[in-house]
Amino acid sequence: MATQHSITIKAGGSEKDYWKDLWLNRQLLWILSKRDISVRYKQTLLGVAWSVLRPLMTMLVMVFVYSYVAKLKPDPGVPYALMVLVGLTIWTFFANTFTQISNSILINSNLVSKVYFPRLLMPLSSVAVGFVDFLITFGIYVVVTAFFRYPISWQIVFLPCFILLTFITSMGFGLFFAVLNVRFRDIGQLIPFLVQVGMYVCPVAYSSRQVEGMWYEKYYNLNPLVGIIDGFRWCLLGDKSYFNPQSLYSTVITSSLILIIALIYFRKKENTFVDHI
Amino acid sequence: MSVIVAENISKKYIIDHQRKTGSSSLRDIVSDTVDKWFSRKHDHSGFAEKEEFWALQDVNFSIDKGDRIGIVGHNGAGKSTLLKILSRITEPTTGQIKIDGRIASLLEVGTGFHPELTGRENIFLNGAILGMSKSEIRESFDAIVDFAGVEKFLDTPVKRYSSGMYVRLGFAIAAHLNPEILIVDEVLAVGDTEFQKKCLGKMRDVSESGRTLLFVSHNLTAIQALCNKSFYFEKGRLIDQGETTHIVTNYLSKVSHKSLEKHWDNIENAPGNDQVRVKSFKLFPEYQDDLNHIDVRTPVNFHFEFWNLVEGAMLNLSMHLYTFTGECIFNVGTQAESFSKGIVTGTCELPGNFLNDGSYVVSMMIVKDTSTVLYNMEEALIFDIEDYRENVTWYGKWPGYIRPQLNFSIRQTEHVVND
Repeated sequence: MATQHSITIKAGGSEKDYWKDLWLNRQLLWILSKRDISVRYKQTLLGVAWSVLRPLMTMLVMVFVYSYVAKLKPDPGVPYALMVLVGLTIWTFFANTFTQISNSILINSNLVSKVYFPRLLMPLSSVAVGFVDFLITFGIYVVVTAFFRYPISWQIVFLPCFILLTFITSMGFGLFFAVLNVRFRDIGQLIPFLVQVGMYVCPVAYSSRQVEGMWYEKYYNLNPLVGIIDGFRWCLLGDKSYFNPQSLYSTVITSSLILIIALIYFRKKENTFVDHI
Repeated sequence: MSVIVAENISKKYIIDHQRKTGSSSLRDIVSDTVDKWFSRKHDHSGFAEKEEFWALQDVNFSIDKGDRIGIVGHNGAGKSTLLKILSRITEPTTGQIKIDGRIASLLEVGTGFHPELTGRENIFLNGAILGMSKSEIRESFDAIVDFAGVEKFLDTPVKRYSSGMYVRLGFAIAAHLNPEILIVDEVLAVGDTEFQKKCLGKMRDVSESGRTLLFVSHNLTAIQALCNKSFYFEKGRLIDQGETTHIVTNYLSKVSHKSLEKHWDNIENAPGNDQVRVKSFKLFPEYQDDLNHIDVRTPVNFHFEFWNLVEGAMLNLSMHLYTFTGECIFNVGTQAESFSKGIVTGTCELPGNFLNDGSYVVSMMIVKDTSTVLYNMEEALIFDIEDYRENVTWYGKWPGYIRPQLNFSIRQTEHVVND
């Protein structure tokens, strides 16, 4: 490369070319993502089948427990299995990417301590595995929808927006935890717990319609994932599915705010990661 | 033209005396903070256990384009910290560095190799991590494979590689980097001699092609061969910089173990017993070329004095020379003689071009009637022998405990006459 490349290293590390650097390293982003995906099922018997089996089994168990045992009601006109599967699809995408982003720096600590590249590449590349899983689960959804002969609604055009919103939310929370994780290993214990509890707090196994009119609805809608999950269902299952636009506003505001704060925090701390690993 | 200018670089680390792990747990921080709020005696809180440590302090330098800089210093002098800052792995606490040009650092071979991926996949992964573009990797792919000699195992996961193959592949990729500034840390310490040779040859190419090189090593021979200038670090400070030969000589005269002499003026507190007491043990090197350190050419004389307290004792001396790791290289003894009360002196001449470079430990025994050890002075003297080579192209560690110059010749003994 003949391009003049000059940099200044100093404390605080706020470097004006950071985003350009990130862009120049996009090939590395691609290669790191490919590495994570191709390594995923090495030396497993079932291989990629795991990505199909896991959501499918979870769906079946949830249908049995919540629909048959606990008698939870789906939105009228929507099969419970389909409602759970759609909720599960987007929730799992969030949970996986959030977990992977949070662990991304520690998992790559051998790189962090030996070579420089914009550290943001690690959380970004860690999203890839979650996204592939998402696509597979989505494939299952397509099959199940066909099985129920459920109509596809026009709202599906908004689907990419909700996927992007999920990405923003998981990035916001994930970056924050990724930085903390380097400093405090407690985070490693906290994350699985948060994900587990989160699934009950969010409308994965039930519809937000059950919360409508309750005194806690206001607070319930503050959870950015409520807007995401309900909105995602609305895209795929149409108007029969419950969706309160109110919850979407809070999602957009909270998630963007968290992402911006997390990014600033991450940028501030990334140059000293190696001192704590 | 300066390609690297560093101004007032310092790096501070907080050393935690209380905890064993590098990262403290959230609970510690919370409890420490709570302690701080609720107790008035701040010095009793957990924070008091922390100590500041300056790995680098006020380092200033500038490096010109095409300079080959060797960095010498003890372990913990701050060399690696400097390289980490220059490679942007960590940032300095104060100061700033301006760098002009594409920089690549090689702090380890095979950085980021994934054991489950094949050799082929890892070449692309590692190359990208080191900053090569995909097209650059593709261009030098065959050369890399050839250099590493792993053609047959390209599609085998690297976890099945032998450690030698792993290192070779790692270095081969790094060797095909094409940066304007190359930073290399002690990579020569790994691998077999064959690999080290390749390594140094490649670094030589780099230095000859006019690129800027920063090289940290304990291998002074390699530094002398490759670098035109050197930095000498001590306790986080850059205490000397200049021509490599000058710096290396300076460094050696400081690092040489100065346990070259021991003496006791007072017979009462001298080591020994009621039969013999040690007066002095000295080492006299016959320095070469105005040097003030011992190298492999230097003849060394040992001079040992002791008080004999028993009239007519039949005594002899026995000297052992050990490597620093404790293997005995030789044991020599004097004839036994009868001595009257007074001072007895023993001398031993160790020729030059005899011992290999390394650290050596001498012990001296005083023996009575050729059978009873009266006194054994263990680790009496410790000294270093530095490497010295002329007209060689091999800079790895010279093998063996001794390095004698023998009459070893080669000649033609028969000619084939062509028709």
